[in-house]
Amino acid sequence: MPLSHDLRRVRAIIWKDLTTERRSKAGFNAVAFLGVLILLLFGFALGPDAEALREAATGALWLAILFSGVLAFNRSYQLELDGAALEPLLLYPAPRWTIFAGKFAANLLFVLLVEVIVVPVAIILFQVKSLVGWAPAMGVMLLGTIGFVALGTFYASMASRSRAREVLLPLLLFPMLVPVLLASAEATSSLLAGNPMQDAGAWVKLLATFDVIFVVASFFAFDHVIEV
Amino acid sequence: MSNFGSPTLKLRGLARRFGTRWALRGITMDVEPGEVVGIVGHNGSGKSTLLRVISTALRASAGEGWVFGHHLQREAVEVRRHIGFLAHAPGLYDDLTATENLIFAARMLGVSESTIPPTLERVGLGHARDERVRGFSAGMQRRLALARLIMGRPRLLLLDEPYNNFDPQGIELVNDVIQGVRSDGGSALVVLHDRRQGERVLDRIIELGRGVVLDATNEAKPLTLVPATAVPS
Repeated sequence: MPLSHDLRRVRAIIWKDLTTERRSKAGFNAVAFLGVLILLLFGFALGPDAEALREAATGALWLAILFSGVLAFNRSYQLELDGAALEPLLLYPAPRWTIFAGKFAANLLFVLLVEVIVVPVAIILFQVKSLVGWAPAMGVMLLGTIGFVALGTFYASMASRSRAREVLLPLLLFPMLVPVLLASAEATSSLLAGNPMQDAGAWVKLLATFDVIFVVASFFAFDHVIEV
Repeated sequence: MSNFGSPTLKLRGLARRFGTRWALRGITMDVEPGEVVGIVGHNGSGKSTLLRVISTALRASAGEGWVFGHHLQREAVEVRRHIGFLAHAPGLYDDLTATENLIFAARMLGVSESTIPPTLERVGLGHARDERVRGFSAGMQRRLALARLIMGRPRLLLLDEPYNNFDPQGIELVNDVIQGVRSDGGSALVVLHDRRQGERVLDRIIELGRGVVLDATNEAKPLTLVPATAVPS
């Protein structure tokens, strides 16, 4: 079967997931609201000290994305489980990587849309200023999000077979996310502090390496974790 | 390897275990082209598990099977090209319309979307093509699941209690689909609670009990009965 047919299936899954999500709306609203709420809570906890807020900004932002993202990953498979649609999805005559690729791309778009709301809120709330412009920081955000979503999509598929999936997913995912979270937060902090050539560069390379490893490993392992 | 002329379905010592419980044990059977076989048995006898293993939704714990010569585990994607599985649950997306559900199926199956309107008409859902599945009755959802199955042009039907939730016209529709596949040289395995339900289309009936073949009536071909003691370890 040509690759173009498989890519058509990937696009079909993206279309189906995003259309379903757009129709229900509740999912996106809840996830975005949770992200904003976490930022607000961090803001309240840190107090009015502008310097303290700026220093904590990237950590708070990534944690907000992480916690809200977990909700998104769980929802992604809940769409299949609600109507017992996971089994028919697995029985289409397609290699299983197409399912992972479709879910990964749909989740990536979803989380990036959440970031479109959460990031400006973080910038305003934590009074963040960038000394080197916003583009490099957005690049780091994208790299961090790719690694995060790859792992989240993979572990959500693994947890989807369990009745305790809401609890299981964070337990599986969070320890694995430590390198991505660390590299993303440090790279973003370095960039915002105007230090793009030293610390930031090293963190960005590390982040890119993790992304490649996680994405490739998830593609290959997906077939085994989704199998019953 | 596609073996035309060979059995549609060939199972040899197929078994499936859930934890410590054997749901299927030593199932050995052949289904020939054009044959429609009923599977009956009490709750928990392994009927649905058998269909799910043949569909590749579940891996066999022991034994082997082939669909049109394709090995169930080693050539699962090829097997899936030939089968059409109608499960208990319709497996539809509630927030998509009937047409959108079939658009998704067409794209995943690699078939033309132009087949969607006539397929919807055939299953009697032409009037509801733009309605979301969330508002469908159980029977309408079942018809839509049947439409999705038809679109794949399967050569081996795996139907799990296909007459459930159907009115008399729906039952006729199911029988038409079975007859259509049979006349094209395909086969069907039909799980039934009541063997009278499918008497118009069945060529023979196999009775399962506790995961083993208990009885095969109206046998068209020899069927190996494997004793429960011959459980693969």
